[in-house]
Amino acid sequence: MFLMTPTILRNFFSARATRPYPTTRREPFPEVRGELVNDIEKCIFCSICATKCPSQCLHVDKTAGTWECEAYACVNCGVCVENCPTKSLSQKPLYQPVGTARVHIRLQGVPPKSKKKEVAPSAAPASETAAPADDSQSSGDASPKV
Amino acid sequence: MAKTILPFGPQHPVLPEPLHLKLTVEDEIVIEAIPAFGYVHRGLESLAAVRDYNQMVQIVERVCGICSMIHAMCYCQGLEEMLGIEAPPRARFLRVVWSELHRIHSHLLFLGLFADAFGFESLFMQCWRIRERVMDINEATAGNRVIVSVNAIGGVRRDLSAEHRRWIESELDLIAAEVNHLEKPLLEDYTVKRRTVDKGVLTRDKAIELGAVGPMLRGSGVAQDMRQLKYAAFDQIDFEPVVEQAGDSYARAKVRFREVLQSVDLVRQALARMPEGEILTKYKGKPEGEVVTRVEQPRGECLYYIKGVGEKFLDRVRIRTPTFANIPPLATILPGLELADVPVVVLSIDPCISCTER
Repeated sequence: MFLMTPTILRNFFSARATRPYPTTRREPFPEVRGELVNDIEKCIFCSICATKCPSQCLHVDKTAGTWECEAYACVNCGVCVENCPTKSLSQKPLYQPVGTARVHIRLQGVPPKSKKKEVAPSAAPASETAAPADDSQSSGDASPKV
Repeated sequence: MAKTILPFGPQHPVLPEPLHLKLTVEDEIVIEAIPAFGYVHRGLESLAAVRDYNQMVQIVERVCGICSMIHAMCYCQGLEEMLGIEAPPRARFLRVVWSELHRIHSHLLFLGLFADAFGFESLFMQCWRIRERVMDINEATAGNRVIVSVNAIGGVRRDLSAEHRRWIESELDLIAAEVNHLEKPLLEDYTVKRRTVDKGVLTRDKAIELGAVGPMLRGSGVAQDMRQLKYAAFDQIDFEPVVEQAGDSYARAKVRFREVLQSVDLVRQALARMPEGEILTKYKGKPEGEVVTRVEQPRGECLYYIKGVGEKFLDRVRIRTPTFANIPPLATILPGLELADVPVVVLSIDPCISCTER
């Protein structure tokens, strides 16, 4: 009949099972996949992260040099981090803090330079000085950082 | 007294997920039970049309939170068969480690809810306290507590360091010792037996006829477990299915209790026999053809039918989850029970409705 009593007595005389959070916090494990951060200096806007994202929360614009993340749509799966060619994406070991407003991360970097060769000004057509990059560029090669 | 129709669910304290049962009751004895679904249908199978086969790994993990890694493992095994590749031996052992850890935490979750169903809240808390050890192992080794996301097509994404392995082995000793302490209050208590023995009996013939799977089938005396198919690294690990003969709620709970201890042993075997090597195989090409894969989830046999047509979007991903197969036997064992026994018997099949409805 008193089958649970030994467990109760053991619990009574041993340390508590719970931590008094938030006064005591455990150090996060280093391998945890937490909040996503992007080092925009290293980012080359190749969009591999946006293509591979399962929840489609990333939006990358190569011409404007912007990297956007809907932080609350991100499921912290880490697929983007694994596939980033320049390793600019990483994850903190802690989940993002609770908030009252939807978080949309918008980072502005320097867009990669166009690879079009410079032509002598007298022979150049008027469109040379227009948009810095166009779609005929091969995607995925490491454009030189500015 | 005239017949009354009572709604059981969709919100009910014993149910981890919403399930609606229309119980036709006469004088507090259940005469008929008709299930109704649809409360957590998310249309995950239809996402296969807009997410490519690599992104589907993360989608498929989220079919169920409790057995998420095993869903992903089944899917990745199917894709690997279609692409003609094999996961490296170390990855196969790592999959066994994480899937058996999932089984431990799922069964401890069930045992806690089972105790809570008849009001034994302190035992519920004890079971979940042990489960926290497994959650910490998941978080420290795989990156997350619940949706661990370690599977990839061709292997696994994370490896276990020697320090992780030592820590897992010491935690397994603690888990086994603590679960053994709980055996008496859970399985030998007079009140527990009064509420569960001879309630919701599923005979062996009925279990086979209605297609029950998992502990529901093994609690009725049929020694069938998909791990006998020797997927992942189970061909190199000693394994025998756990079987009980009685077919009632008590037998099903006892099967799951013994499976916790068996899974602790399986993880120890996998850690001891794991070879060195790489953890991911590279592959080329797109999946083409049809494949059917089966794995043993904590709740039973899970079947995946995947069809690819040589493009990056799969044509069809059909998931037949174990609770889906266990609902018809449930509707058969409920008639004849008193109304107060219904929650415990419904919980004894370990319903995972988010799996059932995807």
